[in-house]
Amino acid sequence: MADHHHPQTLAPVEARIAAIEAVLVEKGILDVDAVDQVVQHFEDNLGPMNGAKVVARAWTDPQYKDRLLEDGTAAIAELGFGGPEGEYVVVLENTPEVHNLVVCTLCSCYPWPILGLPPKWYKAPAYRSRAVREPRKLLAEMGSAIPDDVEIRVWDSSAEARYLVLPMRPGGTEDLSEQELAGVVTRDSMIGVQRL
Amino acid sequence: MTVPLDDESLPRDNGELVFEAPWQARALGIAIAVVERLGLPWDAFRHRLMAAIASDPKRPYYESWSEALESLVIDMNLATPEVLDAATPTERAPL
Repeated sequence: MADHHHPQTLAPVEARIAAIEAVLVEKGILDVDAVDQVVQHFEDNLGPMNGAKVVARAWTDPQYKDRLLEDGTAAIAELGFGGPEGEYVVVLENTPEVHNLVVCTLCSCYPWPILGLPPKWYKAPAYRSRAVREPRKLLAEMGSAIPDDVEIRVWDSSAEARYLVLPMRPGGTEDLSEQELAGVVTRDSMIGVQRL
Repeated sequence: MTVPLDDESLPRDNGELVFEAPWQARALGIAIAVVERLGLPWDAFRHRLMAAIASDPKRPYYESWSEALESLVIDMNLATPEVLDAATPTERAPL
């Protein structure tokens, strides 16, 4: 018999999350608005556009860049970004000799205030293991062939630090404003899986 | 490089959705709100997430997240598995 109501069945995990939320709300531990606000904050305020502003500032202001490499967290806070998963940010400068790549081998540690939430592939077992084991091959497969004479340094975020890659400023961008430069910066370049 | 740029046009997610379904956003929001409410460091949740992923590396990420959240809720005596079982819906609430 066809069911004309088409009740939407729930995946077990979706049902479990609904149960946890319902119980915590009923006990007065959570209120629904607080959860809404967290989600809204992530969707509206956190994302790679923040990291892009940091990179563009570093490209245009050498003194800011020095401060950023010296103490990432403090320099990032100068632009108003901080919070959970951003307490200790280390900035890694790409150079003609060194390319930096960021991974979290144990879970999904990622600098939320400046990059938002990690993309799906960052959380996948394949990326987490191969970034350490065969970074050059992985990067080539992801569309970024790194020349053989460039050293690849892999940084594992599983400890206390969160990392931001400072990509090299692309050629031909001398006339761009800081704001325009921010538009050149991509999320992937700040993880190190892309060269601009 | 002639595109006019403002906050909205800055790189955001490179075309990739952060959440694949609304419940994943709820799962994230609940975890952060609970940790804040209890005054715990984020590591209290993160270590559970790492353990959940390690126990079943091939499981989808937000299912590990859900397991980590449930273990936090139970260990902090905010609910028991029985209470959660009783509260678990079988159909999605109508919008």
